[in-house]
Amino acid sequence: MSAISLQDLDISYGTAKVVEGVSFDVAEGESFALVGESGSGKSTVLKAIAGLAPDWTGGISVLGQPRGHRPDRGFARRCQMVFQDPYGSLHPRKTVDTVLSEPLQVHGLGNRDARVEEMLGAVGLDRRFRFRYPHQLSGGQRQRVAIARALMLEPKVMLLDEPTSALDVSVQAEILNLLKRLRAEQGLTYLMVTHNLPVVGFMCDRMAVMNRGRVVEIAPAAALHDGSFSDPYSRALYAASGGTAHD
Amino acid sequence: MRMLSRDWYLDDAPASRLQANAGRFYRAGGLLLRNPLAVVGGAIILLLVLTAAFAPWIAPYSAVGQDLSARLLPPSAQHWMGTDELGRDILSRVIHGARITLMIVALVAVISAPLGLIIGAVSGYFGGLVDKVLMGITDVFLSMPKLILALAFVAALGPGIENAIIAIAITAWPAYARIARAETLTFCQSDFIGATRLLGASHGRIILRHVLPLCTSSMIIRVTLDMAGIILTAAGLGFLGLGAQPPLPEWGAMISRGRVFILDQWWVATMPGFAIILVSLGFCFLGDGLRDVLDPKQGGKS
Repeated sequence: MSAISLQDLDISYGTAKVVEGVSFDVAEGESFALVGESGSGKSTVLKAIAGLAPDWTGGISVLGQPRGHRPDRGFARRCQMVFQDPYGSLHPRKTVDTVLSEPLQVHGLGNRDARVEEMLGAVGLDRRFRFRYPHQLSGGQRQRVAIARALMLEPKVMLLDEPTSALDVSVQAEILNLLKRLRAEQGLTYLMVTHNLPVVGFMCDRMAVMNRGRVVEIAPAAALHDGSFSDPYSRALYAASGGTAHD
Repeated sequence: MRMLSRDWYLDDAPASRLQANAGRFYRAGGLLLRNPLAVVGGAIILLLVLTAAFAPWIAPYSAVGQDLSARLLPPSAQHWMGTDELGRDILSRVIHGARITLMIVALVAVISAPLGLIIGAVSGYFGGLVDKVLMGITDVFLSMPKLILALAFVAALGPGIENAIIAIAITAWPAYARIARAETLTFCQSDFIGATRLLGASHGRIILRHVLPLCTSSMIIRVTLDMAGIILTAAGLGFLGLGAQPPLPEWGAMISRGRVFILDQWWVATMPGFAIILVSLGFCFLGDGLRDVLDPKQGGKS
């Protein structure tokens, strides 16, 4: 059973079709990257899977279950998302504690204190951060909180929308290491959007290259070492990020 | 005991929900106290509240007791604000009038602010048809002058203080709905709302727990600034004989009674007028101060 399966997915915003005919499968436990330039529709694919871009046709199934067009509670337990901008993804008037307790309240789960403390530990935040507001945290700390929130419901599939691109370089490495460790510990499946090819090489097993709303190539991450891309656009992208083909 | 000390409030790493909230209020309170106009406004409002609470003990005379042998006396040591045409002590009536004013202001705020807030937030959050219908209704109310609309409602419902309150509340909410909708539109597409939806939270929960808290600070400021207008509208209705009915010591109605004597016995209309001006100013100052403190952009920096 594949963790995420897309069949011939078309997504539009209003009348503009931004993604056309995207199909791929992500195996359970795999880490899969969507790469491409800005505006290629990679984030939109994530949003459609999450239910935040409801205007799509085709098929999306997560862990074998087809999903509807809107967010729903059952889906929330299986799949969560981490957003690009840690400054915009946390409510400015809510403490870390409130943010992390909310998913538990929504799903009527008990033992909240212990779970919140445990999750803070898991994402490497000291417990003194628990009652701080987002404006009292740094960008990296905020992103840890956002990751913790996504993990509160113990999902198996995580959608990562450029989780490090809004952070500075040293913090990026910390967050990437954290994501890598969490995946190993909890057996997560990642679908990660990025335009940073080294991040793909570090984090992912396979990747899909997107251009103008279409997937032009699906390649193993190893292709980043030898440049064995077949599509001209992928080659151009690879060359632009400093790689040279060895063929 | 460390608790309730300055350090406890300003602790960078609060140990409990209570401490985190207390810290926020402590910082806001500190900012408010450093703003002289806000302090003056707050003092006036506090004075109004205390006067209203202890009116029967503060007032030297009865508010309704008549003494025809002492009618239309000028201000003096016995009657600090003079007496009216039925020999009633104006100071006592102004003091008792504080209760009515406070009641009007409080009830109007309690009715219209939440109503406008919820209509605006729902409208902004859902958008589309809901937005069109709700904002259409709001526009209908906004397009009519406040006092005229209130007059029409009072004329339909019958004169009296309760109906005046209802009429003012009905005319006050559309402005709040507009503000709440505008605020909601600025962040309803943001990631933190999306993230909450992904958690499986219902629309009701998102509106109540996530959208409304972000609208409330601008709403509190706006309501405080509008209080002066509410008092004036209530006084206007009283002046026209459509608000509080005699012998209730409502300030607008008192001015209306004093109009007859305004050339010879100026104090009858002037004294309650001063009270209205003072309280209106108090609310304006406090509203300005709150705007400086509660502005979300300021909150982010502090």
